[in-house]
This record gives sequence, structure tokens and C-alpha cells, in this order.
Amino acid sequence: MTAYLLRRLLYAVPILIGVNLLTFALFFLVNTPDDMARLHLGVKRVTPEAVQKWKAERGYDKPLLFNAGAAGLAKVSDTIFFRHSLAMFAFRFGASDDGRDIAGEIKTRMWPSLAIALPTFVIGLAVDISVALILLFFRRTYVEWTGVVALVAMMSVSSLFYIIGGQYLFAKVWQLAPISGYQDGFNAARFVWLPILIGVVGGIGAGARWYRTLFLEEAGKDYVRTARAKGLSEARVLFRHILKNGMVPILTGAVAVFPLLFMGSLIMESFFGIPGLGSYTIDAINAQDFAIVRAMVFLGAVLYIAGLILTDVSYTLVDPRVRLR
Amino acid sequence: MPVLLWTDALIFLLVAGLAGFAYLVRRHPHLAVPWRRVAADPLAMAAAVVLLCFTAVAVLDSLHYRPALPPGPNGEAQYAAEVNSVLDRALAVLVEHQEKSYSAPFATRLFAKEAISLPDGRTVRDYPRLAWGGAHLADPDRGRAGDIAGKAGLGLALGLAAWLPAAWLVRRRLAAGGARRAVLATLLAVCLVAGVLAVLAPYYHVFGTDKVGQDVLYATIKSIRTGVLIGALTTLVTLPLAIGLGVSAGYFGGRVDDAVQYLYTTLNSIPGVLLIAAAVLLMQAQLETHPDWFETGAERADLRLLFLCLILGMTNWTGLARLLRAETLKVRELDYVIAARAFGVSDGRILTRHILPNVQHIVLISVVMDFSGLVLAEAVLSYVGVGVDPGMMSFGNMINGARLELAREPVVWWQLVAAFLFMFVLVLAANLFADSVRDALDPRTRSRT
Amino acid sequence: MSGRGLEVRDLRVEIDADGGRRLVPVDGVSLSVGERECVVLLGESGCGKSLTALALMRLLPEGAGIAAGRAELDGESFFELPERLMRARRGGRLAMIFQEPMTSLNPVLSIGQQIAESLAAHRRLRGPAAQAEAIRLLEAVGLPAERLDAYPSQLSGGQRQRALIAMMLAGDPSVLIADEPTTALDVTVQAQILRLLKELQQTRGMGLLLITHDLDIARDMADRVAVMYAGQIVEWTSRARLFEAPGHPYTRRLLNVLPSAARRGERLAQIPGRVPAPDAALVGCRFADRCTEVTPSCRTEAQVLREVAPGHWLRCGRAGTAGLAGRAAEAPVVVVAGAAAPATTRPVLELRDLKVHFPVRRGLLQRVAGQVRAVDGVSLAVRAGETLALVGESGCGKTTLARAALRLIEATAGQVLLDGEDIGRLAGEALRRKRSAMQIVFQDPFSSLNPRMRVADIIAEGLAALRPDLAAGPRAARVAELLDRVGLPGDAGGRYPHEFSGGQRQRIAIARALAVSPRLLVCDEPTSALDVSVQAQILNLLAELQREQGLAYLFITHNLPVVAYLAHRVAVMYQGRIVEQGDADTLLGAPTQAYTRMLLDSAPGHGL
Repeated sequence: MTAYLLRRLLYAVPILIGVNLLTFALFFLVNTPDDMARLHLGVKRVTPEAVQKWKAERGYDKPLLFNAGAAGLAKVSDTIFFRHSLAMFAFRFGASDDGRDIAGEIKTRMWPSLAIALPTFVIGLAVDISVALILLFFRRTYVEWTGVVALVAMMSVSSLFYIIGGQYLFAKVWQLAPISGYQDGFNAARFVWLPILIGVVGGIGAGARWYRTLFLEEAGKDYVRTARAKGLSEARVLFRHILKNGMVPILTGAVAVFPLLFMGSLIMESFFGIPGLGSYTIDAINAQDFAIVRAMVFLGAVLYIAGLILTDVSYTLVDPRVRLR
Repeated sequence: MPVLLWTDALIFLLVAGLAGFAYLVRRHPHLAVPWRRVAADPLAMAAAVVLLCFTAVAVLDSLHYRPALPPGPNGEAQYAAEVNSVLDRALAVLVEHQEKSYSAPFATRLFAKEAISLPDGRTVRDYPRLAWGGAHLADPDRGRAGDIAGKAGLGLALGLAAWLPAAWLVRRRLAAGGARRAVLATLLAVCLVAGVLAVLAPYYHVFGTDKVGQDVLYATIKSIRTGVLIGALTTLVTLPLAIGLGVSAGYFGGRVDDAVQYLYTTLNSIPGVLLIAAAVLLMQAQLETHPDWFETGAERADLRLLFLCLILGMTNWTGLARLLRAETLKVRELDYVIAARAFGVSDGRILTRHILPNVQHIVLISVVMDFSGLVLAEAVLSYVGVGVDPGMMSFGNMINGARLELAREPVVWWQLVAAFLFMFVLVLAANLFADSVRDALDPRTRSRT
Repeated sequence: MSGRGLEVRDLRVEIDADGGRRLVPVDGVSLSVGERECVVLLGESGCGKSLTALALMRLLPEGAGIAAGRAELDGESFFELPERLMRARRGGRLAMIFQEPMTSLNPVLSIGQQIAESLAAHRRLRGPAAQAEAIRLLEAVGLPAERLDAYPSQLSGGQRQRALIAMMLAGDPSVLIADEPTTALDVTVQAQILRLLKELQQTRGMGLLLITHDLDIARDMADRVAVMYAGQIVEWTSRARLFEAPGHPYTRRLLNVLPSAARRGERLAQIPGRVPAPDAALVGCRFADRCTEVTPSCRTEAQVLREVAPGHWLRCGRAGTAGLAGRAAEAPVVVVAGAAAPATTRPVLELRDLKVHFPVRRGLLQRVAGQVRAVDGVSLAVRAGETLALVGESGCGKTTLARAALRLIEATAGQVLLDGEDIGRLAGEALRRKRSAMQIVFQDPFSSLNPRMRVADIIAEGLAALRPDLAAGPRAARVAELLDRVGLPGDAGGRYPHEFSGGQRQRIAIARALAVSPRLLVCDEPTSALDVSVQAQILNLLAELQREQGLAYLFITHNLPVVAYLAHRVAVMYQGRIVEQGDADTLLGAPTQAYTRMLLDSAPGHGL
């Protein structure tokens, strides 16, 4: 088990290097720092001096890979690649284009993101599974057919509609929640319940439908017939046998996305003015702040790989068939 | 002068491909078996009718040309800088009926008060009459309801008249049953809606007008092409990559497999929106620094759309590749592949004759299943600011442009509602159709029933 | 019937199929299982025997339902019981075990939990009392008590089947239905499970309804036998009478198609035609089209089950008439299989100390920590016109051996000699040229043909690869000739595999292998997935081909009667090694190795 985990961690290194190289290539080779400077300073009528100044302020005036002018190790370390790409392995994200420390921002903005993403995820999981189980319990009845069509309809509605519609009704018309904003501590509840509600409702269509197919697949297996042949009640077959087996892929799938909850929800946060990582990312995209986008890409990759490893570990915990070697 | 944009070419290619595939299926009874199940599913057939209508609009909107201008001083032909489509021509009346700014559906006056100078020289602040919407009415406040009802009735009658020959055709071509009833009912609904819109649209702004006074119905219809393109082309442009890498990883195993798995784990590990955002931002920067690449704005928007499809595809292909790899791993161990290897059949031949035909259902399922998600994704990406060109009409841009107006009192709701409604119908139809296709093609779901 | 046991009258099961059609896979089945009695329901695949069992449990799959009939358990009629009450019978006094031990147990619950569930449901036992009873049940089925905490994935197939039996004994059933309980198991394990069932039936006074396709199992286990054909019971009598004086033409045919040492050299009897399609309109006797004793009235009059002798029921219009009293004259005996071993010739294929090892990787750096010795030093030779049977249980390495011999996987060490030439080092074109000399026929007729290719293309594939010089015309002619040779209609070439039955598909697979004129055919369990009547056709075909073309067969199988019937020489394989090898008569008659003896003793048909 330990050997397996170590191996998985080692395996993560080349992937992170790949992500790193890819972002480096995208952000510094395809688009040179000069391009970036011009984009920020305006394409027309920009003096070379202004470009140079912009680059110098951000440390983009160094050579890309090899600094022939420097001495000793600095030949390698005093370069854009080392300063801006490799440094991310130490979670040194540097400063954003407007000069603020990205790592510090991430640390403070993480919590509002979690305050929304975590409850949305947990409640959503519970609701989706319940809906899927109800549909399974009423198999081959009118309830099932109506439910399935309703789920398809719900997943055909744009997520933007849920957000805009929900915000309009609950916050503007009925004034049950503030339209936007955020406060720390217990006051947060006032601000987060509506985004959470919208997130859960918006996710039912796709979520419950997916879990339903998982449960249906389990329901068709031989051991279910054995359970029935033992004379167990339908509820017991459903909850003890089908649910327990169906939960294996559901839980491991949930664990996989769990770390990514830190990244927050882009749209929800931006609509409700939550100062989380999601709105941070969106603002960075709109301001074309490449430093932040780069940092978030790397952070996302790290969290994704953490999710993969957690998935493997959780398999050994919930599925007796799996032994890691 | 006809103009062939990149996406036009691809959409025609796609339609031709679909036709070719349909021909192939008709020729080979064993290929037709699953499709007959789809054809017998009422929901799927109703959805197919709706999808066909949307596709027809998209194709009409892809026949592009630049209108001719009066010949230049030396008699050489001159063309306008704008690129129009056949659809624009058909909807010319909607393009012409430009108002000043917002107006509600079926309104006869603008949404906001303006200073109006009366004939006697005084100015008052009032809601001015619209230039086109209800302009034919002498007294808009009294005759409007009756006029709308009358025109709607005429539209219904026209729709019914158009439906009858279509229904006659359908009855001749399709066998009786639930599926045929569904097709007829859906056709009727489509004809009635189209009839009512066709009669009313020249006199009123059925969905109102937007900030710059453009008819929202026109914008919505124009958005269809963008949605259909993103949904269909995205998977197609990266299909060769997904098939090539996924199948070879599964078939050859070893180093090839390691390399492909590394590639798609790496790509997957970057959050999709961020990868798309990064790529689109970079593309945007490139386009902005090279404004000289394009003759017309349409070409620029088109190339951006194509790039968006490619980038979306880049984040999407990994899923299909993974499925294909897993399926190939299974198929390559089947006895008929071993038998072929016992004959010394070459890898290339085994891949084309044994592996590909037996994993193709996965590709098909993936293409139809991804469609709806991509249409929805466009809206979100456009909201984030990394979607299609802001100048291009799309559901996402419509929503993005309208959402801020929700803060107005009273609210400007019609633009949002129109975009969401059309998008919902398109996505719902795609989802229902995809479900049926998956059930018919996937051996796992088939054995369950 | 009063007293303990199961009594079924006129059971009819209907299925709603696509397009509003209604199928009747079980049509008027009546039988009874008494106390301490074993009744075998015997039939070929698709005859409706499994659906009969599921109907009795009232566990029919979606779309299928009991349309008519009554059933009584211990004197209580239970088809009309509400589901709530039926649940108490199910797994209680009426229990059932299934064919697939690998999938029939819940993978995420321990064996103890799954037994406890039954005890709680039927005997209201909980806590320590349930624990003690579960251990008692485990011991009753021959599993140690510590297996209580094991998960199904930690058990072997036989152990899982024992665990399943323990679960079903928890409700103390008066009748246990066993649906092909040993079909997925190896012969030695099969013998153990059958013995266990017999013993439990005796000690607990339980009725056993055993469903099987295997006549030899029926011979070993049954007190009474019901023979099922196309949804109906055609014969219903005591075991002794069935095997000594079978009444129905179908039963007699079935007994006759079985290969055995006694029939060596004879052509096996075949049952012509095939079972009527499930949706066929059935008038008259359902066997009429395949019956050699058919009369005009058989085709028009529906047959009923009649008692022709005390305790002997037949569904045959000619029952009681003269020709049926004893065995009717059978098809003339033709000598086909090599009764005499062929003259000693040079081996076509020779394996010398062949080894195939697969590395096992472990630890942080995935170092090779050990080897799975799938094939571990095998030497054998197959001569022209000779059949070498390679016998062994699943996992002994016989399929790996075959693939290595064909150079489909690489051997770790040793030599593969084809006509005396070592092909182990050949590669590329040189190897490809050798491939036409040896070909393979697989077990599963469904996965061995590409469903997306026409039959003609399937057969021509080898020609296209190995004889690219052949023009389209001669190639088509060769395909037609092969189709004819394996007994398929001329228009078969234009059709797709799914239109053919299992036996026909196996013929196509044989034709495909023959296309390149091989001298050695590796037959990897070619008849294991087929019904016995179809097995006879394929065995006859293989024997004829060998005689005509002097083919050498490396015949891999676990079916000992087939070996006894077909093989000239036998090699017994166990854990990657050949434990015994020799002349078929000698080896089967007087085995020298303990493993061989155990294998021979385990084969059903010799009594338990």
C-alpha cells in the first residue's frame, strides 16, 4: 500500500512537469512577453520603452531558458522558465499583473469558495442519489417514466438559466437573500444558501440520471437475483445490495472531484459576488492576467492528481475486490 | 459573390458525411438493426424532427455570399464588405426592421421614454412609437390585441396548410405506429409555430428588440447556427485524434499505451475551463496582433469559432480516447482477432477490418452524447468571456448581453427568455435523441431490456 | 400431492417480445419433487428449463410472466400468494442456487453477512445465535468457519458455490432448485459440489430439483428425470427406466449422440435440423421435424403427456406402439474416426521443453518479483492424421500452450518445430509463410467470428493474407467449396454471422481455418459451448476432415468422453506441466499418475 502510494506520487511528477511545460509553451513561447505587454498597454502607439518597463516590472525581461549573461547557477535559475514555471512546484506563484501576491490571494479566497462548493457538492450528492433510488424503487411505473423525462428536461436547461432565474426570483422579487456579496463567519450563511440551492437544483438532472444508470446496471446483475431468491424484501435488496454496490463507483468518483472543490465555481461566484477562487479566475481571464491563469492551471492540475490518488485509496477502503500493489 | 467560410465547408462536409452514412446503413442490414430501434422510438423521432429543423436553419445560414454593389468606376465588380447568408436574405424583413433600442415583445412603443418633438414644436417625454413594430396600426392602444389574434389565426391556418402535404409524405414513407404519430405531431407543432411567426414577424417584434433595436427573433434564429456548429463540429474535428490515439493505445499497448495515457492524463489534469480560457486568450492575443489576416469581420469571427471548436475538442477528446482504448483492449483479445493474427494478417488490416468496425458504436454514441453538452458549454464560455467572437450571434452572447439588464425596472426579460427557450428546445431534442441512440447502439443497455 | 415437496401443474410462461409478439418458452410443464428425492430437469440450451426454475421461484425477468398453471409447496399452493408472503417462502422452504458462482454473490458483503441476512429473514436469528448458525451452515457445506469474514473475491469458484448453498440452506428448504450449479466449474470441483448436494439432500430430507444439460450428471444424481424439449416435458420417468428404456425419440437420440470410448471409430448419431424458433407457430409434435419415426398425424395433432407405463410419462403420439418399446434401429454405423492409430510419421508439430512465463511485478519500482509459470517445460509431438488430446482443468496453461505453439504469444524458452524446422526464431515474412501450416478453432462460436464481416469475407481472410497471388475468381470458388465441405448452404457466404446458430458458426470457423490448407489444426475446446446434439455434428465433421486430409489435431478439452472417442494420444496437463502422456486407450484405461486418476474419477457418469 505504501509502495503503491509512493509510486503514484512519483507518477504525478512527470504529469506536473508536462502541465508545467505546456503552460510555459503556451504562455511564453506561443505568446511572447512582448505580445503580452502590448496587449496590456494597447496595441497601437506603444513605445518599446513602455514595453520594456512593463516586462521588467514583472520579471519577464529575462531570457526564456538560458541566461548567458548570468554567472554560475544563475545561468539557469535567472530565467523566465525557472522563475515563473519551475517555481510553481514550490507553490511560489509570484505576483499577479496588478502586483498582488497570488499565493496569498489563493489562501484567503479558498474559504469562500469552499463555503459554497462543499455544501453544494455534499447536499447535491445526497439529493441526486435519493432521486435515483426513488426512480429505481418505482421501476416500471408511471413515476419512473415521468421522472426520467423530467431529469432529461432539467439537464437540458442551461446552468446560466438556473442562476439568473434563481437570483431574480429569490433575491430580487422575493428578497429572501442578498443579491450578491459575502461576509466571513456565521454571517456567510445568509449569502451562500441561495447559490448552494441553485447549484443543487441545477445539478439534479445530470447527477440523478447518471446515478440511476449506475444503479440500473447493478440491478441487472446476478447477485441481485440471488438476494431476491433469499426472500429479501425489495427495499432491502435496493438499499443493502444495489445501493452498497452502486456506492463504490459513486464514492470513488466523488473523491476524485473532491480536491477540485477548492477551485470554486466560476460562474456562481461571479454572479453572486463571492470573493472566491472562481471569481478570482474569471476576473483574471477578463483582465487577461496570465500570471493568475497560469497559477490556477497548475493548482488545478495538482488538485486533479490528488483526486486521482485519493480515488485509488478510497477503492481499497470501499471495495473488497481491490488490493493495491 | 459566394463566400465559403471554413465552418461552412465543414458543415457541408458533415451533412455529406451524414448522407453517406445513411446510405451505408441502408445498404447493410446488420448496420441498420440498431437504427430501426431508434426509428421505432416516438420520443427519439420527435426529437429528430426538431433537430432536422435546427440543422436546416444552420445549413441555410451557412450558404454565405457577399452582396454585389454597383460596379466601380472602371466597371469591375464590387462587393460589400459584409458577408450575408441565404438565411439573412430570407429574414431580410427582420433585419430591416431596426428600432432605436429596447422594446418589449409585440410592443408598439419603445421601452424607455424619450423626448419627442410634437408637430407644434413642443417636446414631451413619452414612449415613442416604434418605427416598425405595429406601425400599420392607426391606434396601437386599441386595435392591437384583435390584430394580433387575427394574424395568429391566419398563421395557424397557414401552418396547417403547410403541414398537410408534409404529413401526407410522412404517412407514405413511415410505417404506422407510435413513432409516426410522434413525427406527425411534432411536425404539426413546428408548422404551426413557424406559420404564426411568419405572419406576425413582419408586423411586430415577436420577441421584442434588444439594446440597439435589433429584432430578438432574428438574433435567436441566427444563434442556431453557432450552437449547432459548436455541438457538431467540436467532436468531429478531434475525432481523428481520439480514434487514432485511443485505438492504437489499446491495440499496441506497451510504450504507445504509456505515451497516450500520459498525454491524456496530463491534458485532463488541467481544469477544462482554464485550458480553454488560456488557449482562447492566447488565440485572441494572436488575432489582435494580426488584424491583417482577414478580409472581413465574418472571416475573423468564423476562424475564432473554428478555433473554439478545436480547443473545446482538445479538452474533450481524452474522454473518447479513453473509452476507445478500453474497448480496443477487449476487442483485440477476441477470438476473431486472434484468428486473424494466426493468418499473419497485418496490424493495419486488423485495425481497419476488425477493430474499428467493432468499436465504431462508441464513436457514434460519443458524438451524439456530447452535442448537447457543448451547446450548453458555449453559453457558459461566452459568459466567461472566452466563447465565440463578441460580434457573432450566439445564445451565449445574447444571454451575456442581456443579463445586466435584469437590474432595470421593469426588467428586460425577453432577450434572455428567447435565448434560453431556443437553447432548451435544441438541447432537449439532442438529449432525447442521444439517449435513444445510446440505448440502441450500446450492447450493455441493450442486454438489460 | 400432500406431504413435503414440490408439485407443478401445467406451468406456462409467456414473454412479451419486440413488436408485440408473444413467446411461450415454457408451455404446460408438470412435474413433482418429493421428499428426499432428486429430480433432474434435463434439456439443451433454450428449451426453457431455467425459465421454469425462475417461474417456480416467481423471479422471472422483466417482460416474462406466469400465464397459467399451479404449483404447490408442501401442500400449499403458492403462485397466487401475495408477494409479501411469497417472500417468506423464497429462500425459506423453496430455495435456489445459480450457475455463475463468480457473479451470484454480492461482492461487497462478506460471506457471513450474506448468510446472516438469510437467517434474519427466515429464522429471525440475530447476533451470536446467527453467528453460530452461520458457522454451522458453513461447516455443513464444507467450508471452514473462518471463511465467514471472507469476501466472495477471496474464494475460488467451488468455494463460492458452497457459500451460495450455505446461504440457501439458511431457511431450511424442503426443496432446493439448482440451475446448472456446476456448469461453470472444473470437473474435479463439479464432482465435489454434486457429491455435496447429494449428501445434503439425503441428510436433510430435502427435495432437489437439479437442472442440467448433462446426461451423465442426470445418470449420477437423479431419482427421476424430466426431459424437456422446446418448452415442454417430453418424457418423465425414473432414472433407471430412462437410461434403460428411453421412450421418446428425442431422448433416445440424445443418448445416442454422446461420444464415448465405446463409440470410437463410429460415426456419432446426429439429430438433424434444429430446435423450432421461439416464435414459430407450433402445431403437432414439436420434435416432428427432426424425428426419424414421424407419422403424418404427428404434425397435425398436438401431443399430450400420457402415462405409457406405471410412472413413465411420454409426450409422443406413437408411444406404446411396437417400434418404441425397445431401441429402434439407428443410423448405420460408419467408421470415421481413426480407430487405428496412423502409421508412425514424422511429427507435424513438435514442442521441446516449451516455457511461457509471465513476470509478476511488485513494489515501488515494479521490479519483477516472480514468474507465473503458465507453461513450464512442455514437450510433445503431433503427427499427421493423429489427434493429440490435451486435457486439463481451467488455468492449467493449455490455452497458453496452444497460443505459444502457434506463435501468437512468445515463448520464454524452448523450441517450436514445424515439420522439423524451429519456427521460434522466425519473424516477418518467413513466419507468415509458415502460418498456413497451422490454424486454430476456438471455443466460443460467438466471439470467434467478426460480426461486421460477411461469412465469405471471413473465410477468405486467410487466403487474402497468405495467398495474395490468388485472384478474386479462384478465391470465391475456394470459399464456395469450403462452405459446401463443412455443410453450409451455398448462399451462406453473403450473410453475416449473427444469422447463424452456434453449430453453424463453428462450421464457419472450421472452414476459415481450412481455407489455407493447414496440416495442423489446434482445436481449443471447440465443442464445449455447444449442445450435445450439435457437438456430435462437429465431432463427425472433424473426424471426416482428418480422414480425408490427414490433418493433425491438437485437441484441447476438459471433456473426457470426447477424448475417449476422438483422441489417439492424450497428454494430461496440470499447473503448466504435462503430468502424463501416452496412448489414449492405455492412459484412460490404466492411468499411472494420481492426478490423471482423480480427473478420470471426477468425470460424471460413473456414479458418485
